[in-house]
Amino acid sequence: MEIGSTLLNLWNSAGFAGITWQQGVMLLVSLTLLYLGIFRKYEPLLMIPIAFGMLLANLPLAGLTDPGGLIYYLSKGVSWNIYPCIIFLGIGAMTDFGPLLANPSSLFLGAAAQLGIYVAFIIANLMGFTPAEAASIAILGGADGPTAIFVTTKLAEYLLPAIAVAAYSYMALIPMIQPPLMRLLTTKKEREIKMEQLRVVSKKEKILFPIIVTIFICLLLPSVAPLIGMLMFGNLLRECGVTQRLSDTAQNTLMNIVTIFLGISVGAKAGGDNFLRPETLLILGLGLIAFMFSTIGGLLLGKLMCIITRGKINPLIGSAGVSAVPMAARISQLEGQRANPSNFLLMHAMGPNVAGVIGSSVAAGFLLAVFQ
Amino acid sequence: MEHMGFGESILLSLVGIALVFAVLIVLSLFIRLLSVIVRAVERAPAAKSAPAVPAAPAAAIPPQGNFVPGSAGDILLHNVDDPTAAMVMAIVADELRLPLNELVFRSIRELSPEEADEEIASHEHHSL
Repeated sequence: MEIGSTLLNLWNSAGFAGITWQQGVMLLVSLTLLYLGIFRKYEPLLMIPIAFGMLLANLPLAGLTDPGGLIYYLSKGVSWNIYPCIIFLGIGAMTDFGPLLANPSSLFLGAAAQLGIYVAFIIANLMGFTPAEAASIAILGGADGPTAIFVTTKLAEYLLPAIAVAAYSYMALIPMIQPPLMRLLTTKKEREIKMEQLRVVSKKEKILFPIIVTIFICLLLPSVAPLIGMLMFGNLLRECGVTQRLSDTAQNTLMNIVTIFLGISVGAKAGGDNFLRPETLLILGLGLIAFMFSTIGGLLLGKLMCIITRGKINPLIGSAGVSAVPMAARISQLEGQRANPSNFLLMHAMGPNVAGVIGSSVAAGFLLAVFQ
Repeated sequence: MEHMGFGESILLSLVGIALVFAVLIVLSLFIRLLSVIVRAVERAPAAKSAPAVPAAPAAAIPPQGNFVPGSAGDILLHNVDDPTAAMVMAIVADELRLPLNELVFRSIRELSPEEADEEIASHEHHSL
């Protein structure tokens, strides 16, 4: 046996020889996302699993995503829409709907902050995407990762890598995207408005709320029942007071396990051949537009409500209507406090913020009802 | 459907956002209704039980501690100093997530270690 031919065989069977330029670029993209997640703290809990899934999927000859490979099986949780729904269960268990129940008009702000979905839908149609593709891209305006994955998997699964990466990237970039728009669209006087303390919500209201929402929305839009059903089930576990252990599991252990599987699976769908396309850049651009218009929609309705209530509502809470919980509410708090250091808007902004989760689910249900 | 016209996409978007508003407006009405009903239900037993519980027996309790003025009535302290009582009330309000001035504390009593053990044992339970 010649040592030369042995080394040649080893080289030929190694991934180095089989790597394509697309895979090389995707490895660089995954390394960049890892950097953003680890060192810049951009949504690290999701960004790191997504980036590592991307890295694994673009290693030549490893076969992790081929039938029989590890990620092939893990990805079934995405294809069958299991992970987004379990993530919603965890979100429900973590969410306090008290601020929404204390101030039901928050729901209007949650509705207005879905404006970007429809603006992006119109633009995507004009750009030549099919209606199903346009709907999948448009749902990015809801700023809600699980909902975006849920809709895209049903309408245009081949766009999932770009849409998932865009969804979580923009959520991580909220502190950069929203504040300039908030300052642009509100006056300093409006940002200084201090809101009255919210009323105390009774335990019974908190228990009945998830049951009523589930029945009402799932009867109206059955296509979104898995998402809303799991969200409200998680919330009922939290609020009913007799399932503390289940609630703890849903919001911690289960949520963490599914986040790992979801992140790896979504990242692994970003193979070089289906991610490095001009459409990906268009999707990233449309996602940004959708996100900005959703913020604008919430702010404009916030201004209107400020005028109607004669200055009792700070328009800054409108931007929290995008459903990135609780990041968007925190931005409202920070901007309010920047204008007036004694301002405390967080709980007021949590109302529109959780209303946005329901609003984006309703918008998703409508798009699925039309295009599925 | 391969492609959708501009007018059609605008119309669909208008219907979509109108639906989101309609659903969330109906939901807000549900919430208001729910709030009214729950408050009415919670007040009803309180109103019924109010005449049945005369104020007099409360006064009949032998004053073993000292009365301290509070924002929601008086409170009877048994072997507890003012700062400790204030701390207990603040913790209870925080745990219940209710403003302190909406809670009524009738008395605060320090338990002996034996009494505390009995109290804990009587409330302990296990369930799956």
